Amino acid sequence: MSAKSDVKKILKGEFTYKTLPMSAMILSPPTSPEYKTGTWRVKKPVIDQSKCIRCLLCWVYCPDMAIMRLEDDHVKIDYDYCKGCGICVSVCPVKAIKMEEG
Amino acid sequence: MTQVERLAFMGDEAVAYAVKQCNVDVIAAYPITPQTIIVERLSEYVANGELDAAFIPVESEHSAISACVGASLAGARVYTSTCSQGLALMHEILHAASSMRAPIGMTIANRSLNAPLNIHCEHSDVMNARDTGWVHLFANNVQQAYDLTFISFKVAEDPRVLLPVSVNIDAFVLSHSVEPITPITDEDAAKYLPPREYEYPINPDRPITYGTMALPDTYMEFKMQFKEALDRVPEVFEEAVKEYEKISGRRYWYYDSYEIEDADALVIVLGSTYGTVKTAAKKLRAEGLKVGVMGLTMFRPLPEKELVKVLRNMKAVVVMDRAYSYGGLGGPLYTDIIGVLYRNGIRIPAKNIVYGLGGRDFKLDEAEAILRMAEKGVREGGFETHVDWWGVRR
Amino acid sequence: MLIEVRWHGRGGQGVVTGSNLLARAMILEGKYAQHFPEFGPERAGAPVKSYTRISDQPIEIHCGIYEPDMVIVIDPVMSKNPQEYVYGLKKGGDIFLNHSGGDEEIVEWARSAGFKLHVLDARKISLEEINREIYNVPMLAAMLKVKKLCSLQTFEKVLAQRFSGKVLEMNLKLVKRASEEVETLVG
Repeated sequence: MSAKSDVKKILKGEFTYKTLPMSAMILSPPTSPEYKTGTWRVKKPVIDQSKCIRCLLCWVYCPDMAIMRLEDDHVKIDYDYCKGCGICVSVCPVKAIKMEEG
Repeated sequence: MTQVERLAFMGDEAVAYAVKQCNVDVIAAYPITPQTIIVERLSEYVANGELDAAFIPVESEHSAISACVGASLAGARVYTSTCSQGLALMHEILHAASSMRAPIGMTIANRSLNAPLNIHCEHSDVMNARDTGWVHLFANNVQQAYDLTFISFKVAEDPRVLLPVSVNIDAFVLSHSVEPITPITDEDAAKYLPPREYEYPINPDRPITYGTMALPDTYMEFKMQFKEALDRVPEVFEEAVKEYEKISGRRYWYYDSYEIEDADALVIVLGSTYGTVKTAAKKLRAEGLKVGVMGLTMFRPLPEKELVKVLRNMKAVVVMDRAYSYGGLGGPLYTDIIGVLYRNGIRIPAKNIVYGLGGRDFKLDEAEAILRMAEKGVREGGFETHVDWWGVRR
Repeated sequence: MLIEVRWHGRGGQGVVTGSNLLARAMILEGKYAQHFPEFGPERAGAPVKSYTRISDQPIEIHCGIYEPDMVIVIDPVMSKNPQEYVYGLKKGGDIFLNHSGGDEEIVEWARSAGFKLHVLDARKISLEEINREIYNVPMLAAMLKVKKLCSLQTFEKVLAQRFSGKVLEMNLKLVKRASEEVETLVG
């Protein structure tokens, strides 16, 4: 069984104590990629790449690892998982990130 | 069955020797008072190259048991030992160990807890750990302390069980007492306990997430699984003791007993006091008193079915506790037994004797008095009080 | 047969080891034996007791000894007042003292109380032999010699399991002297 189908079944309540894995082990991790937490977002951060100084503070601070570090230390936001918390906006020293609708 | 000659062993030495023969992979311990020489001796075995194991000295008992959980989930055969305050400090992780289904062997040299300051024999330490989901076995003498160590690993690591098991030995009375024991050979030990095989070891090549969160929608189901693992302990235990009998010639069961077949009055005890009460019972049997004695080997899971078979034929029972459930109905074993009696419709008088707290010696003539009290309970159809704190100066 | 022995001495003198060695020797002889200490505050110099049970049947009882067949006092100062340490001793029981034996009063008391009295000046012989004060091994050797519970060879084997090198040599010297010099004053 894949992690995805495990999680879906459990979320739907399709399980008994006998079908659950022993002691809440997850035998096929990771399960978190199955949760596209980007759907939780109200506003989204948008990076103005012309202002970015490649300090990587947003990459360090993002609690959901939704900031991707690129080859040249530019960053890109993974909107599949970004919850729109805005922490990247407040830590950016050059105000290169803004929250926008959507 | 290859017999080895009878050897003199101190209780804690005998346990260390058994653990070495069990060929454990990891020992994590915090060897400071209150302790016994068990892990000290094991560290010598490791240092001398007599035992190929990782000895992890840690900074507290809490860390010792935590290290044991991790090592057990990595598939190792794991051992630790502690007692009294040390076990209390482990308490949080005792639950984690059993619920994460981490088989661990642990010897508890049962001692009292503060205050007043006292480190002598009492069962309060393990009784505090009663409801943690560990299997708790009690040894009556040094030979049993040795033998049950093998049996504990056999039960703990069985895929039907996968639970930690404690072997309880009375502090000082057994841990620091020299008695003769007949060990099993290293070859028999290796056959009885081949290297552990575990289906889900921590392994970077095949990641598994352990110790996850379970919210209210699944938590009870996980706990139910865990409860059922404990329910499977008796069948595994029965196989384990049968196989052990083949190599050792010594038969273990849920309890030891003396003359219970035709007894009217039964005294039930845990630990080394069994031998003392048995010795007194021999004398009373010679006088014609129909008394029997039971020393419970398996305390958790409580072997209800087996207890019922014995209790059904009794006319009165005295339960001896070397611990007390403060604010409760009596000692922990007593409350178990009256529960067993009630829900199985056995209506016989039951009395609780609380004795030997803080290491107070329990003498042969006192054992005789308890047996006579049980017998009087049969004749009079009841006891004057439910619970007696035996020997307290009033 | 059940022989119960109570040991008296002070913390640091090897009371517990003496009792331990006796049990080991008896088990090596094929008997059943049990040794257990009575732990108190565990301070050097504090009075300490230890117990040994010996039988040809398995010993199942686990409690202290209150009516011993034998009392061994290994401390030379305590040995001057054996009356204080023989409580519970059975009539006809044996007392072993670390004592030169030159005290008529003690002899008279033992005789009238119906006890057998044996003395060994363990302090003197250990100072002479090894220039140290070791009481437990010579007192045990003296007891074994008198009571013939096991051969001295068995006892020496047990010592060799426990000690080695120079320490073993010293102990063996003490065993020899003790077995030669133990004296029964009241038989």
